[in-house]
Amino acid sequence: MTEQKPFVDIRHAQKSYGALEVLKDISLQVHRGEIVAIIGPSGSGKSTLLRAINDLDPLSGGEVWLEDTQVNKTLPHRQYEKHINQVRQNIGMVFQHFNLFHHLTVRENITLAPKLLKGISDEEANKLAEEQLNKVGMIERIDYYPSQLSGGQKQRVAIARALAMKPKVMLFDEATSALDPELVEEVNQVMKALAEEHMTMIIVTHEMGFAESVCDRVLFMDQGVVVEEGPPEVMFRNPQNERTKNFLRKHLADANK
Amino acid sequence: MGLDFSVIPKYLDVVMLGALWTIAITVAAALLSFFGGIFLAVVALYAPAIIRLPFRLFAWLFMGTPLLLQLFLIYFGLVQIGIDLPAFVAGVIGLGLHFAVYNSELIQTSILAVDKGQMEAARTLGLSRGQALRKVVVPQAVRDVIPPIGNNMIALLKDSALVSVIGVSELTLSAQLAIGRTYRPFEFYVLAAVFYYIINLGMEAVLRRIERKVQAAR
Repeated sequence: MTEQKPFVDIRHAQKSYGALEVLKDISLQVHRGEIVAIIGPSGSGKSTLLRAINDLDPLSGGEVWLEDTQVNKTLPHRQYEKHINQVRQNIGMVFQHFNLFHHLTVRENITLAPKLLKGISDEEANKLAEEQLNKVGMIERIDYYPSQLSGGQKQRVAIARALAMKPKVMLFDEATSALDPELVEEVNQVMKALAEEHMTMIIVTHEMGFAESVCDRVLFMDQGVVVEEGPPEVMFRNPQNERTKNFLRKHLADANK
Repeated sequence: MGLDFSVIPKYLDVVMLGALWTIAITVAAALLSFFGGIFLAVVALYAPAIIRLPFRLFAWLFMGTPLLLQLFLIYFGLVQIGIDLPAFVAGVIGLGLHFAVYNSELIQTSILAVDKGQMEAARTLGLSRGQALRKVVVPQAVRDVIPPIGNNMIALLKDSALVSVIGVSELTLSAQLAIGRTYRPFEFYVLAAVFYYIINLGMEAVLRRIERKVQAAR
């Protein structure tokens, strides 16, 4: 990394729920096109950190920047709402439980936000939906309802929905954790394809193999701090910190059960 | 004196016209109660206290007092403050608002039961809270609650007989009219009951169709 300005810049993120401090002064810089994995045990704060990036879980302290815009800046309520809605259009997010809109077809799930927020015509929106669904291999299900899809298919549609807003960065919050093992691969494939297009991605995951093969950098979080970070080959083959080693050992043991 | 159903044909048109009025008032009041119910639910859950509290008082008033009294108040009472509504309109407003309050209770519960992830996903795409409610949360909540709302609508049909007291010549009043001419209460009340039952069947058929239509989108 040269002296390039970070694309996503988290500065001294701190978050408490009452007395419980879930993020303790975390800083993270992600550069354009970089793919960062965040791993760690549950309750380590990794999802909270990810959800702070688009202010879904507002921080108690610290700043989040996307390019030249501060995401969590202090503004009067109404102005802030306007600001954050604008910012969020640039940040795609994929959830563990897909969160597709049940009452809408695949097509409508994808076109809802672009039509509403970018004012594009039905025709353009349809084209956009088809384009994104082709990308994730779901075009033949365009007029299905979410309830008619498998978990893997739902997640691919959810990714297409996020991509239709042409985000600058994609956040993945355990995108494959809720899937049956045989469905994980199809979602991983889609994410790999995105990686090859140099989409900037921040991925919270339990899939160590996937993190190792796709990511440029891996962060290990535990109890609200980044314990260790580095390139995947170091993090997975030769971690330095005792906690990282323990976590990976346990995780491997579980995975091999 | 015995029963004599042969008097019915002569007054059948009167009673049928009454049935049409009952259908008209039921449909109009049902629409008002449906959209009013959505509106009241959203206000109850999301409006600031200064707006929410007067509406709560209003809801409490409509739930805690007899519909008959409400109809009297709207039709006879409001004239005194210069609001002179036609009986049909007063009836639709009374019935519609009364059931809007009940529908609102159902819809509120249903809105709260919509998975939080739906709102989150919508907000993440950049939708405002209002847009997310309008396009994602409320439509889902309403779909989930169509069967119990349907039950309310059938109660509404039956309670529409009450608007006879403010002089809307709907089914019950028309039957009474025919009885006044023929002194045959049993025959015409049974006839009215048959018409209510037929309208009821029709409503149930419509509700089933709506339910089937939204079932795919669960």
